[in-house]
Amino acid sequence: MWCSGLRKRYGRRTAVDGVSFTVGRGEVVGLLGPNGAGKTSVIKMLLGLVRPDAGEVLLLGRPGRDPRARERVGYLPELFRYQPWLSAAEVLALHVRLAGAAVPAAEQREVLARVGLAERAGDRVGGFSKGMQQRLGLAVALVARPELVVLDEPTSALDPLGRVDVRDTVLSLRERGVAVLLNSHLIGEVERVCDRVVILDRGRVAAAGSLAELLGQRELKLRLTGLTPAAEARLAATGATSRAGTEVTVALPADDDGATVPRLVADLVGLGVQVHAVEPVRISLEERLLGILREEHA
Amino acid sequence: MTVLTLAGLTLREAARRKVLRALGALTVALLALSAWGFSRLATVDPEFGALTSGEARLFASQLLNLVMFGYSLIAALGTAFLAGPTLSGEVESGQALSILARPVHRTTVLLGKWLGLVAFGTGYVLVAGFAQFLVVRWAVDYWPPDPVTGLLLLAAQTTVLMTLALLLATAISPMASGIVAVGLFGATWVAGVVGSVGEVIGNDGVARVGVVSRVLLPTDGLWRGAMHAFQDATALGAFGFEGSPFLSIAPLSPAYLVWVVVWLVLIGGLAALSFTRRDI
Repeated sequence: MWCSGLRKRYGRRTAVDGVSFTVGRGEVVGLLGPNGAGKTSVIKMLLGLVRPDAGEVLLLGRPGRDPRARERVGYLPELFRYQPWLSAAEVLALHVRLAGAAVPAAEQREVLARVGLAERAGDRVGGFSKGMQQRLGLAVALVARPELVVLDEPTSALDPLGRVDVRDTVLSLRERGVAVLLNSHLIGEVERVCDRVVILDRGRVAAAGSLAELLGQRELKLRLTGLTPAAEARLAATGATSRAGTEVTVALPADDDGATVPRLVADLVGLGVQVHAVEPVRISLEERLLGILREEHA
Repeated sequence: MTVLTLAGLTLREAARRKVLRALGALTVALLALSAWGFSRLATVDPEFGALTSGEARLFASQLLNLVMFGYSLIAALGTAFLAGPTLSGEVESGQALSILARPVHRTTVLLGKWLGLVAFGTGYVLVAGFAQFLVVRWAVDYWPPDPVTGLLLLAAQTTVLMTLALLLATAISPMASGIVAVGLFGATWVAGVVGSVGEVIGNDGVARVGVVSRVLLPTDGLWRGAMHAFQDATALGAFGFEGSPFLSIAPLSPAYLVWVVVWLVLIGGLAALSFTRRDI
């Protein structure tokens, strides 16, 4: 999936402003951002549900304007509702027909079983709980043997077990070479399954990259006494430093080859500083996301 | 193929949501009531017994038209109120998202729903209409001169109103689209009656109200054509009931039928354009 320069205005409000990113085969990309950042609008433009004012979309090698581009695309919308007068099995059969796919009934039942609805295949969707409807939505997204799966908040109505099921499903899709675009508020979920992350804020891409790139910035927490100006200069030379009493936090360079910390500790000891504790700290995706959003809004 | 899938889905929705059952119950009640009414008219009323056969046929015609107006109302309003929820209701609830994200053209989706609704409305009009003819034949031994044409015109009237409701549903909420379609239907019927009064009193300006309204929304024009097919033309000619809202003087002209087809294509095209451009 490839999109470039997507732009959308609703009246005077610009919802999406020049968004570009890609999702490769066998890659899971997370779409993150605060409420109203334009995530769902971007997804709807990718799927031809919303007409972009500008920009281009390519899905599985075809332009997004061409409905055939969506032949091998599965989609679980954020607002998931399925025909309440149909049974779960009938909903799947309908989507298989609309997708123009030849999926035997046994395989359709298997997909329902994979999302935990095997026992409810013949029941009307109108009687399903929200969580069960979301599970059905996941089955709808998966049933026509997709090569690209777009999941918009796929776990919003699910219990913890359901969330684990979704995570396992996404990972198995990646193993099978399926491209997955995942929009989720649950950052922990994104951090566990995504290879790359695109952070949207106020309709623009605020940051994008692999988790290693985005989280590459690590920190080192030290407890030191006897700090001299020379030692402080040595700390500042390593990276941005902050100090609270005897606690000193130093940002480590992204291209750290593993020798930065031992070298720093040796130099500090050499400068007469007493080193009481050394603790490497990894920034979580949540902290990074909040940092990026704060920078954007500053 | 996709068109038929979606047409079938629309019909299945009507059946599963118990629309068919409700309509069936309503129709049986109407048939029973009209059977009772017609039979009383033929056997109990001494004046009716004393009527000439021509007068009796004219009364039967007028009464049949009155009852058929009831069916046309049920069919037209029923499909107009089905059209709204089936389109804009699905967009509002989110049901449309997963369907339209499939490799289908929006025009195909619209055409499928339209076909399903046409099949539903036409099926209802044909079945209920023929049942009513049988009841009238049993009660007063009257059979309309051109029942098939009349019922097809009624089905066309249903199709016209449903197409308008679909166009409205592409742009406004389901409830609003139903109300506006039904309001326009009623207004056109009243304008048609006003036009006939104008014809009777020889006031061209007033008569033109009916003509213009029948061009803008062909429901009333088609209804008049259907009435003409149901009533006994010789009796009407002999007694002269001009201006009655339940009798029609002239059959529909071929030019008007062509206009109905053009109107359907135009409104259907507008609906497709509006639905294609709509953000879901």
